[in-house]
Amino acid sequence: MAATGVRGRAAAVRTSVALLAGKAARGATRLRGGGSALPGLVAERVDPGLLRHTLGDLPGGVVVVSGTNGKTTTTRMLVALLRRHGLRVFTNPTGSNFTRGVLSALLPEVGLRGRLQADCAVLELDEAHALHFAAQVAPTHALVLNVARDQLDRFAEIDHTADLLTRLARQATQAVVLNADDAFVSRIQHEVGPGVRVHWFGVDPSVADLLPELQEADVRAADPEHGVRQMDLQGADALLLPADDGSCTIRFPGGTDVGPVRLRQRGLAAQINATAATAAARAVLGSGFDPARALAALREVTPPFGRGETIDVDGAPLELVLVKNPAGFTVALGTYGAEPAATMIAINDNYADGRDVSWLYDVSFTSLADHGVAVTSGVRAWDMALRLHYDGVAVGRVETDLDTALDDFLREHAGQPMRVFCTYTAMMALRRRLAARYGLARFGEEAS
Amino acid sequence: MSEQHTADLTGPPPGGSKGRVHLVHLYPREMSIYGDLGNTRCLAARLRWHGYEPVVHDHHPGAPWPERADLLVGGGGQDSGQIRVQDDLAAHADRLRQLVADGVPMLMICGMYQLFGQAFTTVEGTRLPGLGILDVTARGNAKRMIGPVVLETELGDVVGYENHSGSTELGPGQQPFGRVRHGSGNNGNDGTEGARTGNVIGSYLHGPLLPANPALADFLVGAAARRATGDFVPGDVDDTLAQEAHRRQVRRLLATG
Ligand SMILES: [Zn+2]
Repeated sequence: MAATGVRGRAAAVRTSVALLAGKAARGATRLRGGGSALPGLVAERVDPGLLRHTLGDLPGGVVVVSGTNGKTTTTRMLVALLRRHGLRVFTNPTGSNFTRGVLSALLPEVGLRGRLQADCAVLELDEAHALHFAAQVAPTHALVLNVARDQLDRFAEIDHTADLLTRLARQATQAVVLNADDAFVSRIQHEVGPGVRVHWFGVDPSVADLLPELQEADVRAADPEHGVRQMDLQGADALLLPADDGSCTIRFPGGTDVGPVRLRQRGLAAQINATAATAAARAVLGSGFDPARALAALREVTPPFGRGETIDVDGAPLELVLVKNPAGFTVALGTYGAEPAATMIAINDNYADGRDVSWLYDVSFTSLADHGVAVTSGVRAWDMALRLHYDGVAVGRVETDLDTALDDFLREHAGQPMRVFCTYTAMMALRRRLAARYGLARFGEEAS
Repeated sequence: MSEQHTADLTGPPPGGSKGRVHLVHLYPREMSIYGDLGNTRCLAARLRWHGYEPVVHDHHPGAPWPERADLLVGGGGQDSGQIRVQDDLAAHADRLRQLVADGVPMLMICGMYQLFGQAFTTVEGTRLPGLGILDVTARGNAKRMIGPVVLETELGDVVGYENHSGSTELGPGQQPFGRVRHGSGNNGNDGTEGARTGNVIGSYLHGPLLPANPALADFLVGAAARRATGDFVPGDVDDTLAQEAHRRQVRRLLATG
C-alpha cells in the first residue's frame, strides 16, 4: 500500500534490483524455452515486497479469483468485462495460479521503478496461494467460486479448502463476491470484515436441480448445514437464467439484464462462471457498470486453451478439454457428452496432474458407453481403460505414448468431430504437437 | 451418488446365477474419499463376472443393519466424516466383531482401517477408541505420507496410492497386510503396510485398491461366495487391462527405487 515517497529510497532501489534480476532470469528462460515461474522466483527472492510495491496502490484495486473449478475461465471473462469498460487490467493469463506466476507475469509489464501501467489487477490464484498472496497484498475484492475435492490438493480435505477460502475472503478490503449455491462458499458471508460488501451470484431456482452434478453432492448431503440456498438474490446480485437454446441471461434483480447472450464456451458451468464474472465486474465498477458493454464482452470472450478450446484439424473440429478433478470431469462429460464425437482420454500422473488417479472412480463414464472411447493414452492409459471397462465403455486401443496416440487418433477420425479429455501435462504435450501441426498460439501467449 | 453408482451392478448375472452374495458398503457418503467407491464397484462387477448375483447395501449412519452381510467394505474420509460415523459404528460394534469371528471378509481402507484398530490418538493427544478388531494404534502426525505404493503380500504384489497423516503401529503379533517395496506404509519406518487378521484386511491404500489388484479382489470375492453359497466356482474373467495396469505400475515404481 505504501506510496513511493513513504517507502524510502532503499526499498525503491531494492525493488529495481529485484526487477532487473527477474527480467534477466526471464530472458534466460526464454532462451532455454523454460518454465514460466522461474523469473518470478528470482525476483521474489530479491525483494519479497515486490508484489506489494507494484500492485498495492492500483487505483481500481486488486481482484483475487479463487475456488476449485472455473478460475481460469472466470478470470478471463472478468478481464474482458473490465477492459470493455475501458480499464487497463493486469492479469496472470497463463493459468499459472501461484504467486510466483503472478510475479513472472508482472516482470515484462513494469518499468524498473516498479510502476505498473494498469488501473487494476485481476488474479487467478489457487486456494493456498491466494492466501499467501493476500498476506502480501490485501485484495480489494475476492471472488470465491466453489469448493470441490481436487486431487491436486495433496492435503485434500474439502473442509480445509473451504477454510483457506474463508481466510482469503476475510482479507478483502472492499467487497466479496460469493456463490449463493455453494454452501461451503455462502457461509463465508458471516466472516467478512466490517464495512466489506457481500455480493452474490447464483442460478435461477428453475435450474437449481442441475447443480448437484457440479458439486460434491455426496459430501454435502450428509450435512444439514449444506441445504438449499437460504438468501434471496436482490439488487446488485447476479442471477443466471439459462435458456433452452443454449443462450443465457444474467439478471440483476435491481433492474438490469445482461443478455441474452450465447457464450463461446458451452455448458452450464461456463454460464455460471460468466455470472460470477459479471457480478464481480459490477462490484468493481459500481455505477460505471454498463450492461451493453458487458454483453459485448461476454459475447466475444473466447475460452482459455484447454477449457473447451476448439482446434481446426483439416476442417474438422477437435475439442481439447482439461480435466483435473471429479466435479470438473463430470461437468465436462455432461457438457460435451450430449454431442457425440470421436473420443480420446489422456491421463498422466506427473506432479502437475496430481499423482493419484483414484479420483477417476468418482466420475461416472456411462454417458460414453454408446459410442465408446477410441483410445486411452498417457502414463496411466491402462488404468483409464480399466476404469472405462468397469463402466461398460468399450475402448478401441490403449497407447501410452501421447504422440503416437494422437497421430493415430487424428488419422483414423479424419473429417469427424473429435474430443480429447486430458490432464494438465498431457494437454501441454498434446497441444505442443497440435501447435506444430496446425499453427496454434504459443503457450501462455494466447491469440486475442 | 453411491446408490446410482452401484444400482446397475445389482441383479443376476447373464447366464444364470450361482447364488446371491450380500455386499455391505459402510458409510459410502462419509467414508469413501479418493475413489474408494471403486472398490465396491469392482467387487460387485467381479461377483457378476464370476457368475454370482451381488446385492449391494449402502449402510448410512442411523439406518437399520442390512438383512445379511457376506462381504464388508469401508473407505477413507475427512475428520468430519469420521466423527459422523463413530456413534453408528459403536452401536454395531458387537455385531461387527461377531461377523469377523464368523470369517466374513472385510476390506477397510484408510480412515475405516484406523477405526477398526485399537485407538486413534490425535495430534492434540486425544485418544479416540476404535473397534479393536485389528491390533493397530494410529497416531495423528504432522508429517503426511503421500505417494504411489507397491507392496509384497501373501496375495502377490499389490499397487495403490497412500495419502494419510496417521502413523500406525502394529501390536505384538499383529500381522501386516504387506511389506513395503515402494512407499511409506504404516509409519514410514518398519516396512509394514496395513494389517490382516484372517479375512479382515485394513490398508491405507487408495487407488482405488481393488481394480488394479484383481488377485486381491478375488480373494475377497471367493471368501464371500463361499460364505454365501458354501462354494466358490470362479468364472472365466478377462483381466488383461487390470494385469497390464498393475504390471506397469510395479515395474515403473520399482525401477525408480
Ligand atoms: Zn487415505
